[in-house]
Amino acid sequence: MLGYTITQWLFGILSFLAIMFGLMVVFSRNPVNSVLYLVMTFFCIAGHYLLLNAQFLAVVHIVVYAGAIMVLFLFVIMLMNLNEDTEPQRTWLSKIIAAVAGGMLLFVLVGSLKGAGQLGIAQHGSSQIGLVKNLGRVLFTEFLFPFEIASILLLAALVGSIMIGKKEIN
Amino acid sequence: MLNGISINYYILLSTVLFIIGAVGVMARRNSIIIFMCIELMLNAVNLLLVAFSTLHNDASGQVFVFFVMAVAAAEVAVGLAILSMIYRNIKTIDTDLLSNLKN
Repeated sequence: MLGYTITQWLFGILSFLAIMFGLMVVFSRNPVNSVLYLVMTFFCIAGHYLLLNAQFLAVVHIVVYAGAIMVLFLFVIMLMNLNEDTEPQRTWLSKIIAAVAGGMLLFVLVGSLKGAGQLGIAQHGSSQIGLVKNLGRVLFTEFLFPFEIASILLLAALVGSIMIGKKEIN
Repeated sequence: MLNGISINYYILLSTVLFIIGAVGVMARRNSIIIFMCIELMLNAVNLLLVAFSTLHNDASGQVFVFFVMAVAAAEVAVGLAILSMIYRNIKTIDTDLLSNLKN
């Protein structure tokens, strides 16, 4: 099709959707809409992971982000009863300054990373490292200690968020 | 080439997503939206890590993404607990009004 392979078409469509939904997250006035657009962005990024042969990460990404984190966001937004009327707005001047700063950062980053493709890296086609079997082997041999530390981190976050979130009795 | 897509396009896509997150952090005042924009920035970096991991045929990058997801989950849980506590005390999460930590 027009000289592009199906993978390139998928990449283009997913990139376009991810960027569009990302912009909608920032520009949408209603916080609930922002959360839903962010979920759509995460689905597009999961599609990118599938294109990169990282099936395990794609599934984990959907389960953790779209399934858990965004539900937490939705719960908190609905708990606080936020909507368009209560949404605080910055002045136009600071919005324009933010956009200009972002544009300049984009300019610098794109300019400095433009030549990265010519690094002379050995490039592989269809890799198998993203499959559960291969990733699990690396995770439980080479990265066993960081994995255990991550479990302690999650436990600490669990206890900490309960401690912070509970009502003070006195 | 990753399945026929140059790494340059992945770098460009990640950069654009990261900038969108950064602009969101600068341009919005609602703390929850700022949190969501930070998540967007983390995801842009994750995408680039996975792309380079596939390019080099090295699983370390994907394991690192796994840890980034764990840390992001912990960060969101604690952050939203703090935000709901702030909302309970001063009835707003507008960053311009959260100027002092004491009350």
